[in-house]
Amino acid sequence: MSVVDVKRAAKVAPWLPEVLHGGFKGALAGDADPAAIDGYADHPPRMGFFTDTSVCIGCKACEVACKEWNHVPEDGLKFTGMSYDNTGGLSADTWRHVAFIEQRKPLAWQDPGVSHAEVNVFALAGQGSGASPEQPAMTPSATGSSATGSSATGPSATGPDGQLRWLMSSDVCKHCTHAACLDVCPTGSLFRTEFGTVVVQEDICNGCGYCIPACPYGVIGQRAGDGRAWKCTLCYDRLSDGMEPACAKACPTDSIQFGPLEELRERAARRLTRLHEAGVTDARLYGADPGDGVGGDGAFFLLLDEPEVYGLPPDPVVTTRDLPSMWRHVGAAAAAMAAAAVGAFAAAVIGGRDR
Amino acid sequence: MSESEAPGQGVTREGLRGKRPGRHAMTGVNIPRRWRGRRRGEQPMVPPAEFTSYYGKPVISQPVWQAPDIPGYLFLGGLAGGASLLAAGADLTGRPALGRVSKAGAFAAGGLSLAALVHDLGRRARFLNMLRVFKVTSPMSVGSWLLAGYVPATGVAALTALTGRLRPVGTAATAASALLGPAVASYTAALISDTAVPAWHDGYPEMPFVFTGSGAMAAGGLGLLATPAAENVPARNLALLGTAMELAASERMTRRIGMVAEPYSEGRGGAYMKAAKALALLGAAGAALGRRSRVAAALSGAALLAASAATRWGIYHAGMASAGDPKYTVVPQRQRLNGRAPSGGSATAPMPQTAPGRP
Repeated sequence: MSVVDVKRAAKVAPWLPEVLHGGFKGALAGDADPAAIDGYADHPPRMGFFTDTSVCIGCKACEVACKEWNHVPEDGLKFTGMSYDNTGGLSADTWRHVAFIEQRKPLAWQDPGVSHAEVNVFALAGQGSGASPEQPAMTPSATGSSATGSSATGPSATGPDGQLRWLMSSDVCKHCTHAACLDVCPTGSLFRTEFGTVVVQEDICNGCGYCIPACPYGVIGQRAGDGRAWKCTLCYDRLSDGMEPACAKACPTDSIQFGPLEELRERAARRLTRLHEAGVTDARLYGADPGDGVGGDGAFFLLLDEPEVYGLPPDPVVTTRDLPSMWRHVGAAAAAMAAAAVGAFAAAVIGGRDR
Repeated sequence: MSESEAPGQGVTREGLRGKRPGRHAMTGVNIPRRWRGRRRGEQPMVPPAEFTSYYGKPVISQPVWQAPDIPGYLFLGGLAGGASLLAAGADLTGRPALGRVSKAGAFAAGGLSLAALVHDLGRRARFLNMLRVFKVTSPMSVGSWLLAGYVPATGVAALTALTGRLRPVGTAATAASALLGPAVASYTAALISDTAVPAWHDGYPEMPFVFTGSGAMAAGGLGLLATPAAENVPARNLALLGTAMELAASERMTRRIGMVAEPYSEGRGGAYMKAAKALALLGAAGAALGRRSRVAAALSGAALLAASAATRWGIYHAGMASAGDPKYTVVPQRQRLNGRAPSGGSATAPMPQTAPGRP
């Protein structure tokens, strides 16, 4: 039993009416600080992912790093025929999933960016691979405005304007501000960490499966042969030791960026502006708006097409937003049932002379 | 997905600025028919809504809840709740046979409902973790506490009624189970509605009435099946009222939620729902017309019990189907989004693939 659950249980049981009122507070508040709502008075900033799919190269290093670090078992060795995606989607045994989408649409003028006449690769190699997101242009693979293509320098040697674009995107648990999985978990196994992320306690989970259809993104799943629910923890263990999550660490293009959510949102807004200025009008942020149906995602994305193309719901809403109304309807229906019973006996007593 | 517009048309050397190039997602071109959400059989009056998805894969996860555990749990909870009401009424109006049948039925159904819930757990040995916290945001948590109070109460009521001992305790237990009964019969509606499953979530205003109506129908059915004709009038009345409530609420729900209601009339869910309706009408007619006949009452009662169970199985399968098809997730959300931001925002342009068609 973690500290959180002790706190939560202590908070919940004795003052029931307060909880009946306050239980929904988290599900209804606007741009909320989830860790504070869940009882952390003093907590580190909310941490998250910004996955910039415009620089994803589909290498799946994130999938592999996640599996290795978190000891996630194999999720089926199958050939799907879905481009290069043989993972299929997020599940109990896939916490990072790289989607591959092939479209009959040119991305833009493709600049292969292979002309590095002025680049001293040895000097760059001395810096190591850890270029900060602020200076990605320092690495050979991202000279100039690589992803935009419509650079002022014009097309270089190769690069016919193609009739195909290949979108790749690394999907992950969104660590919602208002997390349906956490709201509906009857055991308190799912909890909110001090980093504002959502984590399953595997020593508590009894495999009731309620979180699985509650998630508006289809992230969490039940592990076969184990029975419990599993999902991305945003590497809670690594965060606690001041390390970045395994997937972000492994990402070679900084498509997966990890950091305080506030900072990531600013960075994403800058990136979006830059892409729009460069003519990539398809670019849009997904899950970055704290006013959306889940109160904003802790892990949000920059996409190059509509969310549903990537298998993401276009307008997800936390199901517990409607739960106060559901309870009211349940109350009315229960009253109607009791009234029906009273009516049934009243009619029998009044008309009971034939008995 | 037509390919009439040449891909890339209108795209200049300067890029895509100000242009809407052909944007035909190749995803879904070669997907099997069964993933595309087309149905054989009766043709819809409006053309099927077009939408985009990731290789036709579902957006949300299908529940891992198994049949017969979960539909059985829903059915038995309703039956138990209704039977507890009948038991209390029978005690108050001096109908001992109806009281005994209803108390035994409530205990058996409530206990089996609880057992089905535990049986469906991925880790059954940890079922007591359900009582580790109380969360009003989790209908399953609320329900676990309800059942934890309700099932023992029905047990005491049933035992005292069958043995004839400890009458005052039995009276208190009967009253307690009658108070909790309607809650037991209805909370499961919030439980399934409080998910992202479109056919369940979107129906949340009517779902509790479907459930309590169905529960009353089942409890009335049990009373008709197992009680002598001299005492079964309240059971028949409750069954008729419950049938009316259930049918009206179901009808209203499926009409209101539009295309999301398709799984309630198609596939396995649709088959169960149709069977449920037929059995309910048959049972209700038999109960209303065959007043004098013990056999007619018993047959009607059995039909009503079966109808209630079929309704729960239908709702279960409809939910599974609506979770397994991305159409039911994407189309309503896309319509909501397009309705909110007309003619496209700065970053997101309107999407040609999504047609506004909604039955």
